[in-house]
Order: sequence, then C-alpha cells, then structure tokens
Amino acid sequence: MITAQITGWASSLMGISLGADMAWVWEKVLQATWETLYMVAIATGLSYVFGLPLGVILVTTEEGHILESKGLNRVLGTFINAVRSIPFIIFLILVIPFTRLVVGTSIGTVASMVPLTLAAIPFVARMVETSLKEIDWGLIEAALSMGASAWQVIIKVLLPEARASIVLGVAITTINLVGYSAMAGIVGGGGLGTLAYYYGYQRYEDLIMWVTVIVLIAFVQCVQMAGDKWAGKITNQRR
Amino acid sequence: MFCIHAKGQTVLIFMGSKLKYARETDRLIQITNLSKIYHTPHQDILALDDVSLSVRRGEVFGIIGLSGAGKSTLIRCINMLEKPTRGSIMVDGQDLNALKQRELRQARQKIGMIFQQFNLLSSRNVFDNVMFPLEIAHIPPQQAQQRVAELLELVGITDKARVYPDQLSGGQKQRVGIARALANDPKILLSDEATSALDPDTTRSILKLLKDINSQLGLTILLITHDMNVIKQICDRVAVINESRIVEVGDVISIFSKPGTPTSQSFISSIINKDAPDEYISNLINRHSGSYSCLVRVSFIGASAGEPVISSMIKRHGIDANILYGNIDRVKDVPFGNLTLELIGDREAVRQSMEFLKDSGLEVEVMA
Repeated sequence: MITAQITGWASSLMGISLGADMAWVWEKVLQATWETLYMVAIATGLSYVFGLPLGVILVTTEEGHILESKGLNRVLGTFINAVRSIPFIIFLILVIPFTRLVVGTSIGTVASMVPLTLAAIPFVARMVETSLKEIDWGLIEAALSMGASAWQVIIKVLLPEARASIVLGVAITTINLVGYSAMAGIVGGGGLGTLAYYYGYQRYEDLIMWVTVIVLIAFVQCVQMAGDKWAGKITNQRR
Repeated sequence: MFCIHAKGQTVLIFMGSKLKYARETDRLIQITNLSKIYHTPHQDILALDDVSLSVRRGEVFGIIGLSGAGKSTLIRCINMLEKPTRGSIMVDGQDLNALKQRELRQARQKIGMIFQQFNLLSSRNVFDNVMFPLEIAHIPPQQAQQRVAELLELVGITDKARVYPDQLSGGQKQRVGIARALANDPKILLSDEATSALDPDTTRSILKLLKDINSQLGLTILLITHDMNVIKQICDRVAVINESRIVEVGDVISIFSKPGTPTSQSFISSIINKDAPDEYISNLINRHSGSYSCLVRVSFIGASAGEPVISSMIKRHGIDANILYGNIDRVKDVPFGNLTLELIGDREAVRQSMEFLKDSGLEVEVMA
C-alpha cells in the first residue's frame, strides 16, 4: 500500500497519466528491488564474515597491542588501501575473471555478489578497525591483568564493547553496497541499477527512473533508521 | 646491620637497637635492580632506574611519587603489563620474567588490580563484570555465580547487581572494581591510584574498605598514589619515588616523623604543617634579645602524646616555655604530633630542659 502511494505521488509529481503500463512498471520495480535487497544483504553478510576478522587483526597486530606483529599489520594495511583505492566501477571489471571462476558467469545477481563482497571486505575491515579503536585501552589492560588471553580479550572485551559502533558500521556498509550494486547493474548485475540504466537511461522511461530513485531513498532511510535504532538499543540498555 | 642465617629460613636482622624477625618467605614481592627503558625514535626514556623493593606478606605498602616519577610503570611491572628492561620480579617465590605466556596468565589471576578509571566493561552489568575474571579462569558457572554473590556482599553493592556501570557513582564503580579484583582469591592487590578520581568522602570509604579487606582477609596490598593522605590512612610502609628512583623506604610513621629526603618532606608538608610561619618566628627571636632563648621543635609519637611532659619540664627546671605552634595528627592508628616551643631562661636550665625532653622519649630539634 505504501508503495502504491509512493508511485501515485511520484507520477502526479511528474504529471504523467497512469494507465495499463503502471502494472508493468510495478512488476519490474518490485522484481528489481527484490534482486537488489538479496544481492546487498548477502554481500554485506559475506563481507563481514571476512572483514570483521580482518578488522580485528588490523587493530590487534598494531605496535603495543595484544597480538603485536608489525610486518603483518603493514602488509594487511597496504593491501586494504590498495583495494580501496580502485574505483568500484573499475574493480568490477577487474575481478570478472575471478567472478567467472567462482560463479561460472559474470552476469546476473549472483555474479554481482562477488565484486560487491570483495570490494566491501576492506571497507568493513576499516570500519571495524575504527570501532575497536574507540575502546579505552584501560579495559584491555584490566582484562590482561586478570590473566585474559588475546582471544579472550577479543571475544569478551573488544567485540562486545564495540557492538553499538559495529552495528552502525553495518548500516553504513549496507548503504554503500546499495550504491555499488547500482554500478554493478550497469554491467548487467541485475537489480535496480540495471532497471534504471536500461529503461531510464537507454529508453528515456522517466517513470521507472523516478520510481527507482524513490525506492532507493526509502531503502537507505530504512537501513539507517534500523541501524540507529539497534545501536541505540544497545547503548540504552547500559544506561 | 648484619644478618644471621639460623634455623631454616629464619633470619635475624639487627637494625639499630630494634630486633626484627623476618622470615624470607614473608617477602611476597621482591623487586631487584629493576630498570625500565622506553625506546622512542628520538630518545630513550628511563622510566625506572635500578629499583629494589620488597613487600611483606599481609602489609599495605604504598609507593608515593609525583606524576611522571615512574610509579605507574613500577606497579605495571609487578604483573608484567610492562616488561622490565633489566632486573627481576619475584612474586611469592616465582620469577615472573622466567614464565611462559600461559604460566604468566595463570600467575596474573592471583594478582588482582584496581584502577583510577575503574575500567569496568560497559557492556556488562555489575554481576557480569565481577563474573568476568572467573570466566577467564574457567570456573564452572554455578560456582562462579555463588562467588560473585559473596563478593558483592563483601563490598556492599549486592543491590546493584543488575545495574550497568554507567549508572553507578565513582565510589560504587570502584567497589565493583575491588570485587572483580578479588574474584580469583589473589595473593596481592595492586592499586593504581584507585582513589584519585574520587571525592574526599568517597576516598575515605574506599580506603576503609581496602583496610578492612587487608585486615580481614590478610590480603597484601601494594598501592601507588600521589596523595600523602592515602599513605597516612592505610599504609604500613611507604616507598618514595622520585625521578625514576626509590629515594626512601620505611615505616610510614618514621617517614612522617623524620623524612630523610626533600621529596618526602615536601609530600609530608603537603598535608601536615610542621612549622609556624617564618616571619612570626624571627620576630619572636628579636623580641627576647635580652635573656637567653632557644627555639626547639619537639615531635612525639604514640603514647607520650598523652603525658604532661611540657608542664613537668617547666616545673622542674624553672624556665619559661612559649608555645608557638602545635599540631597533632594520626598516622594509620598512631597519634603523631609536633610542637614548636621557645624555651626562655638560664642557658644551663634550657640545656637541661632539652635533655629532659629527650629522656622523656621525645624528638628534640634545635631550630634557632
């Protein structure tokens, strides 16, 4: 119902008379939205599976930290910076051979998840790093003074203490990936990106273009709100 | 001073006229020639310079120094949060330098520590914060929960068990910190400026709690502070640290009555006024230029504070005594005071009066 309202509002805004093609637009948009959601959700999940441990390693291998290892820290840091400095649209093309190797094709939603995940991993690692660095060293010192191992410090101090901040990071990552997924859409990745590109850009179908934009705005708002709410709940529980 | 080894580990130490018995095993912490150097790209910083100290089982030992003196590094060397550059740390007969990682973690479970900033986990409530060290030590949950309940009772915050640290006052947070530090039945409690972030009333109540724990559980406490009041209220012995070196060690009462170094003197004068103002005294001396007068500072410790020594002196030697300044205080539980007197009269009578004061067990120091 809400979406019907949005489309209604959008079309009256643009002075377009709606007829039978409205149903067709809906079908297209709905399917594309679903594809985007699916793609972004899986890519976010997978990027945390790899990015979270990397973030933990980035922090703990720093000089003076619980798993100090200057070499590893430097190598990892440099690698992450290198990946992050490649614009996503180029990265997307660069990893096509790898995508083919993993998925068998470079076209479609499933194929898009590969570059999305790969690009998000270093981003997630840096987000997690920032979150973990907010933790007062005194807490780590206290745990060490009780005889905690490095693993116990990570599991019982670092991650729980940074939970609210990590949750906000998930929201930011998801929103970033929505943007990335649109780029993937241009090279046949499916989802709202493909829809907007094929119909909106190549066929001048303004309606589809606008509906896509509105859906994206709504989606990003929802993700950010959910993230804020969840993080707020974690923080409030402690007050 | 000399030592005689006799009957196993018993050592007799003659110090002045006092005979002290000390068993070697009574030295719970033995720090020998400890140095710590921090290497920075531009220079090496000497944080501890050849420090040797021993802490006896069951005592409250204080280390006092200004910020930057090295006390924070010193206390962190005792549980190896800072690795010593040179020297050894023995805790209960165990050389901490020689331990492997796993053994060190086990040793740390028996060395509790409390902090100025409390360092409680904000993601856990009070109960779970105290539970934390028990989880680290892999104590079975049921046993651990029972232990936590006992500890909360001991420090008096049972009613706050389900509350998160953000909702607690500073004093309550430190009580949680103490309960947490005691969870694994430590041999030693290290206190890193534990009362420095607290107001005077709360400081007093936390110090009282520490003192009770020391006397009831017989727990050895080693604390660092920059506040002489803390030393005065709960310490048995004190070490004064200045510019990375230990400059003085001794019983609190003797350091208070006879500080041997300028650093100790300035710490003591920060809380106890020993003298009347200078101009006041010089005016007085000029006034009596006719007859013989002598300015003395008399210090008394313990029992003699209760006897009418001054009045006996006046009666017996026929001199006048002008009381210029007086002060009485309490160090741990011993009364301790000093009096600035002007003795006026015959030169010989004044000399005899001073002898009399010394014979009565007082410290007499001629000022002018």
